[in-house]
Amino acid sequence: METFTKEVRKDVLKMIHNAKSGHPGGALSCIDILAVLYKKILNVPLEWDKSIDFKQRDRFVLSKGHASTALYATLAHLGYFSKDLLSGFRILGSKLQGHPSSRVNLAGIEVSTGSLGQGLSIAVGMALAMRLDNINSKVYVLLGDGEMQEGSVWESLMNANSQKLNNLVVIVDKNNLQIDGSVDEIKSLEPLDEKLKAFGFEVSQIDGHNYEEIEKALIEAKKSDKLCAIIANTIKGKGVSFMENNVSWHGKAPNDEQLKKALEELC
Amino acid sequence: MLIKNPETKSPRNTYGETLVELGAKNPNIVVLDADLSCSTQTCKFRQAYPERFFNCGIAEQDMMGTAAGLAYSGKVVFASTFAMFATARCLDQIRNTICYSKLNVKIVATHGGVTVGEDGASHQALEDVSFMRSIPDMKVFVPADCEEVRQIIKYAAETEGPMYIRIPRTNLKSVFDPQKYKFNPRAGVKLVEGKDITIVTNGETLFEVLEAAKNLKQIGIEAEVLHYPVVKPFHHIVLKESALKTKKVVVVENHSIIGGLGSAVCESICQSAPCTVHRIGTRDTFGQSGEQRQLMEFYGLTDKKIYEKIIEFMDVK
Repeated sequence: METFTKEVRKDVLKMIHNAKSGHPGGALSCIDILAVLYKKILNVPLEWDKSIDFKQRDRFVLSKGHASTALYATLAHLGYFSKDLLSGFRILGSKLQGHPSSRVNLAGIEVSTGSLGQGLSIAVGMALAMRLDNINSKVYVLLGDGEMQEGSVWESLMNANSQKLNNLVVIVDKNNLQIDGSVDEIKSLEPLDEKLKAFGFEVSQIDGHNYEEIEKALIEAKKSDKLCAIIANTIKGKGVSFMENNVSWHGKAPNDEQLKKALEELC
Repeated sequence: MLIKNPETKSPRNTYGETLVELGAKNPNIVVLDADLSCSTQTCKFRQAYPERFFNCGIAEQDMMGTAAGLAYSGKVVFASTFAMFATARCLDQIRNTICYSKLNVKIVATHGGVTVGEDGASHQALEDVSFMRSIPDMKVFVPADCEEVRQIIKYAAETEGPMYIRIPRTNLKSVFDPQKYKFNPRAGVKLVEGKDITIVTNGETLFEVLEAAKNLKQIGIEAEVLHYPVVKPFHHIVLKESALKTKKVVVVENHSIIGGLGSAVCESICQSAPCTVHRIGTRDTFGQSGEQRQLMEFYGLTDKKIYEKIIEFMDVK
C-alpha cells in the first residue's frame, strides 16, 4: 500500500508541475483514503462500462473535485486508463480536466464536480436510485472539510437522514485548511462529529493516513445498515515536508526545484 | 390547428396528470419537489407512485443535486418548484452538475411571470428563461396552453438531456385543437398569416396576441403571429422568412425583455433579417402585488395593450 501511495503522490506532483497549476495540498491529504477505498473496498469493475455487472457497481463521488489529480493518478495506477494520459492534465483537449468531468468518458470518473458542496446531494440521488433498483451496493462520497461550509451540504445531510438511506458512506477529508487559512478561524465546523451525529449519522473518527484504521472504518461502514460518516483526520500536503500543513500549497504548482525535492522525499 | 371554442384549464393540473400517465408507462420516471407539490401538482404523481416521489423539502439546491444523482443512475427525473426558486436559487447546481454532465433532468417550473399575482416580486420569476437560456446544453420551453403542456412534458420524458419547461400559475384558455396540433421541437409555428407586422410570442401571452391580431385585422393591419414554444435551441427559419416579409417585429412575453424570447429573436434576426424589433415584457424591473389581470395590463401583456402598442409601433415606422 505504501509503495502504491508513494507512486500516486509522485504522479500527482508531476501532473501539477507539468500543468503549472493544480491543487497539491488537498490531493495529497486524501490519497491514502482513495488507495484503501479503491484497492480494498469499492466494487468497481476495471473494464468499466463494458463489464456485465456494471450496474451493480459501488459508486464513488469526489465532491472535493479540486483533488482531481489524486483520483486520476489512483485510477491510472490501478489500470482504469493508461498512465500516459496523466501528462495531459489541464492541457487543452485532454480528458483530464482541471476538475473531474463526466462529459469526457474517462473510465472511472462517474461525476462532474468542482463547484464545492454538490457531491453529497448527487451521492444521495445515486443512493435513492440504487434503492429503487434493488442494487445492493453503496455510494461513497468524499468531502473536504472546507466545503462543508456550503449550506447545501447540510441540506443534503438532512435529506440522507430523512430518506433513511442505508447505502451511503460519507467520508470527510478533514485537513483543517482552506484557501484563506484554517477552517477553524474562517468558519468553524466544530464540533463536526457531534453535528453529524445530530444529523443522524454513525460517526467514526480515524487517522486518514493510517491504512489499517481507514480500512477498518470503511469495512464497518460497508457492513452497517445505518448512515455512516467517517471523519478522516488528515494532513494537507501529506508526504512532502514543505507542503504539510502549509496553506500556501492549496492551489499552487511546485517549480522544478521543488518538484525534485518533493520526489526525493517520496523515494 | 387552432381550437374553435376555447376552454379555460389549469396547466399545473395537466402537468400532474401527464406525469401520472407517463409514470404508468415508464418505471424509470421519478419526480422531485421542494415542498410545493400541491401547487406544482406533482402531488398527483406522489399519490400514484409514492416510492418514486421524493420531497426534498425547502432545499432547492439539494433537490437539483439529488436530481442529478438519480439521473446519473439512469432515471428520467422531473424536478419541480416555482420558477423563482427552480432557477435562481440553484443556478450553480443546474449549470455545473446537471447541464455540464448533460443529465436527464427536466426542470418543470410553475409560477413563471408576473401572473403569480398577489405574492408579488419575490415570487414572480421574470428572469428564469434568461438564466436557463444562457447555460450550454439546456433546452428551454414555454408552452402556451394545456394541450401543449401535455405534449411537451411527453416529449421531455422521451428525449434525453436537460430541459427547462416553464408553466404559468394562471389557468390558460386553450389555443390548440388536440386533434390537430402536434408539437414540433424543431421549428417555430406560424399560426396566423399576415404581411404588415410579425408578432412573436409564447406562453400565456399567445392567447392575448391572437386576440390582438384579430382586432388589428379589423382595422386593416395584417399581423403574422409566430408561436415559439422552444426558446432554445432557437429555430431561425420561420422567423427569418416572416421578418423578411414584414420588416417589423414585435415580441410579447411574460418575462423581462432582457435575456428571454425577445433577446433570442433579436439575436436571430440581427443576422438573418435585420429590422426594428419592439419588445413587450417587463422592462428591467421587478414585479409587484396585484391581481393577475391587473398585472398583465400594467406590464402591457393583455390583448388590448398589445393592440395599442402595435398601432403605436406601426405609426412610428
